[in-house]
Amino acid sequence: MTRRVAVTGIGCVSAIGNTAPEFWASCLAGQCGIAQIRGFDMTGVRFQNGAQARDFDPSKHFDDKQLIPLDRFAQLAIVAAREALAQAQLGLTDEERARAAIVTGSCYGGKTSEDAGFASLYRDSQPRLHPMTIPRLMANAGASALTLELGWQGPVWTVSTACSSANHAIGQAYWLVRHGLADVALTGGSEAPFTYGSLKAWEALRVVSPDTCRPFSKGRAGMVLGEGAGMLVLEPLDRARARGATVIAEIAGFGMGADAHHLTQPSAAGAARTLRLALADANLPPEAISVVNAHGTGTAANDVTESSAIRDVFGANLNNLLVTATKSLHGHALGASGALEAVATILGLQNQCIVPTANFQEPDPDCNVPLCLEQKPWPHEASVSNSFAFGGLNAVLVFQR
Amino acid sequence: MSESVSPEVLARVLRTLAETQKLPFEQVTPDATFEQLNIDSLDGINILFALENEFDINIPDESARLVRDVRQLAQGVQKLVDEKPAPAA
Repeated sequence: MTRRVAVTGIGCVSAIGNTAPEFWASCLAGQCGIAQIRGFDMTGVRFQNGAQARDFDPSKHFDDKQLIPLDRFAQLAIVAAREALAQAQLGLTDEERARAAIVTGSCYGGKTSEDAGFASLYRDSQPRLHPMTIPRLMANAGASALTLELGWQGPVWTVSTACSSANHAIGQAYWLVRHGLADVALTGGSEAPFTYGSLKAWEALRVVSPDTCRPFSKGRAGMVLGEGAGMLVLEPLDRARARGATVIAEIAGFGMGADAHHLTQPSAAGAARTLRLALADANLPPEAISVVNAHGTGTAANDVTESSAIRDVFGANLNNLLVTATKSLHGHALGASGALEAVATILGLQNQCIVPTANFQEPDPDCNVPLCLEQKPWPHEASVSNSFAFGGLNAVLVFQR
Repeated sequence: MSESVSPEVLARVLRTLAETQKLPFEQVTPDATFEQLNIDSLDGINILFALENEFDINIPDESARLVRDVRQLAQGVQKLVDEKPAPAA
């Protein structure tokens, strides 16, 4: 069984909007969500800026008792999922609910709870940890909480592949629906990486920018951490049409592969190979693609190798192609970033325009790709969204109108 | 298990239980069972954690498993409080 797969609901929480419409308005305006990190003492951290979901207020979405077992990353996942489901209005039968899938991505799960707990244990010599520490920190906490809220009983799991987590999750959910292993799926990613311990660990890796994120620009100085969640509701295109639902876009293909090259250095060959796998899965030629939502982290290494991979795959087609890097707006939300980028890419298809890349200073000859710097109308039928993780794990999604 | 519970210990147990479970104070009485208060196994470990912190005691797993109502809980806490070594002078 092979079915076309429609996206009929989207939701997100991010530094540039607490709902998909707010996020989209910020994307169109090129509104960058990067600012001074708040919430704890940043003394002694070499970088000071991040893209926090500052306006997210858990008490608007959960009562005190519901919050006890929920780390911030799980709260974000649930709130984004509720928005996507409210839009999709799936109207599930009992049979469909029993087979409904949830596949989420997260790089490191309930880090906020783990960090706070271990600080109290190691630093403050507290004799015991909160009993909800384990349920809060497990990477599947968001997915499991959603099953309880929704009563969905089909395949539910969580993918953790660092910065590619959400793309791997969405790709697998897409394949489940395409091949009839589930009738509907909720999928995306969430991440809440702003803890002192986590920021010190990123500092040590020397990849975080001291000011802002400038993908593909000369003078770029690294990535900027972000926070948030993105969720998509997937169902067979025929089901969506039969019930008169609005099809926001289709997922047309998915490719994944490993560089087998280096722990942290990306590989142009690995990225290009994964792009080609995704296009083959979509049964689309490179010239069908008019938008690349790049991994575009703003690090020295990624942007050069990704440019090289894009030129390798789309070389003959670069006049018809625009590249955008929305991490310059919403930050690098790690396991959620692919989901936020999917929302931006899907809304670009629906609205036939392209989201600008912010903070660009001047061209870098080593990053020779047609970068979109201003929001503009851009008629297009298909787009790809790249995620390339530390550890060399690549995942590329293909979307079409 | 000692049957008598000091009013002070009882009051602190009731308050801790109500706060942990986000229940109205008047609903948490010594005669209430956990079932009546909708306290499941997960709630139970949250309550034990809060009581350990409140009284600075360690509640062993095996005695915690036998507790079914608020009175038994208060009696168990009283026993552990009574067994605590006196603070050094």
